[in-house]
Amino acid sequence: MKKEGKEQLWKDYQKEIADDRYFYVRSCVRQNFFPGSETAFLKILQEELGKDVYEHPCHTTCTGIGYHADVVPFDTAMTVVARQFAIMTESGYHNLVPSCITSFGLYTEILETWKHFPEVEARVREYLYKATKRDFRVPENLAHASDVIYKFRSEIAAKGKFRLVHHETGRPLKVVEHIGCHYAKMFPDKGVGGAEYPYVLTGMIEEWGGEVVDYPERRHCCGFGFRQYLVQANRGYSMSCSHKKFESMEPYAPDLILTNCPGCPMFLDRWQYAISEMEGKTYGGDGQGIPVFTYEELAGLVLGYNPWDLGLQMHQVACEPVLDKMGIPYDAAAKYLDKHGHSLGQPLQPQKLKV
Amino acid sequence: MPDFGFKLQKDRQIDFDANDRSATRAIIETEPTFRLCIACGTCTACCSAGNFTDFSLRRMITGLKRGNYEGVRAMADQCMLCGKCQMLCPRGVSTRKLVLAIRKHIR
Repeated sequence: MKKEGKEQLWKDYQKEIADDRYFYVRSCVRQNFFPGSETAFLKILQEELGKDVYEHPCHTTCTGIGYHADVVPFDTAMTVVARQFAIMTESGYHNLVPSCITSFGLYTEILETWKHFPEVEARVREYLYKATKRDFRVPENLAHASDVIYKFRSEIAAKGKFRLVHHETGRPLKVVEHIGCHYAKMFPDKGVGGAEYPYVLTGMIEEWGGEVVDYPERRHCCGFGFRQYLVQANRGYSMSCSHKKFESMEPYAPDLILTNCPGCPMFLDRWQYAISEMEGKTYGGDGQGIPVFTYEELAGLVLGYNPWDLGLQMHQVACEPVLDKMGIPYDAAAKYLDKHGHSLGQPLQPQKLKV
Repeated sequence: MPDFGFKLQKDRQIDFDANDRSATRAIIETEPTFRLCIACGTCTACCSAGNFTDFSLRRMITGLKRGNYEGVRAMADQCMLCGKCQMLCPRGVSTRKLVLAIRKHIR
């Protein structure tokens, strides 16, 4: 699609993103997959931008994984989400910011359901009251954490120490942007830029100096889709989806992949290892893979944070090629040391993929 | 290789850009009525050979249009050239000549 067409679409799909006072709800799985991302988000918002972000210790899962895996009924999911709203209300906040794309999708789905079926909302209020004696107000503003980083992308660029350009040649880095399915595919008007060509990550990449790669399978799912992954024998479906994307993006030789979902970076990163073992194929240059980043990690790199504080040593595909291209200094010897300087142990080496 | 307990699924996507359709173009040049086919399946429904084997003219034509020639030649060899399908084709596709063209251009 031509750039002018996309710009028109992006204009049609704009959303309001709150300016301050966020009630932040974490993801169930991101802290295991990419342990530095959520911490980096809080640091950027609170320390760099001076925003009020509040986390409540009693926040629980939204049940999105169980809901999409058909083990949690919708009424249960709605009641659990109503409890999160109640905690937010009790804390005096109105702007909900989920870290997880599936949480964002589930919150959106529930709010849309209540909008069209007020009797369902009344029923859920009754369930919540009977179970916990709590009441709630629905959020005034619901924005995914990537929406918030998108909103402040210019401020981050202004404070940034590095840009998405090759520090020696000045060439913009070629970036594949991959949006989580639950961000805008269910409710296109709830995502920045709509469902076909979401702008949320593209906006960050352009602002930070990179060049977005437009490849045929750009909107294809990464393959996470909970039921595809939860049963081991089905994981071939999941990996085949990622494989299709890698094959499609390979001719464009991207420097990195940027994602905004818990599952996408996990699978686009780890499946490169599994595919290399099964097929002997790697997609980066010189036997390496294509590094995959979350938007918080990339924002942290732009701001000059230590890559190992961002948790980049937990990636399967080595991130060093991108650090070298951007000219980010790093201590290779400290990659597997914890914050006290103790060794975390060395990971096993893959047979094919160079890390 | 570690035992993952699962494996890559073979991609069933039809990639028209990647598939070599040169034989299809040669067949169309030899027998232009190929273009008239609307894949209604009348030829396959009335086929005597198809009653006893897995021969299907419609399946052959679908493969030719996609540039997927696997098994097409073997199938074309099963045709007895009786011409029943040609009598019934609502679009006037010269099916016998088509089968001969397939035999000529696909090895």
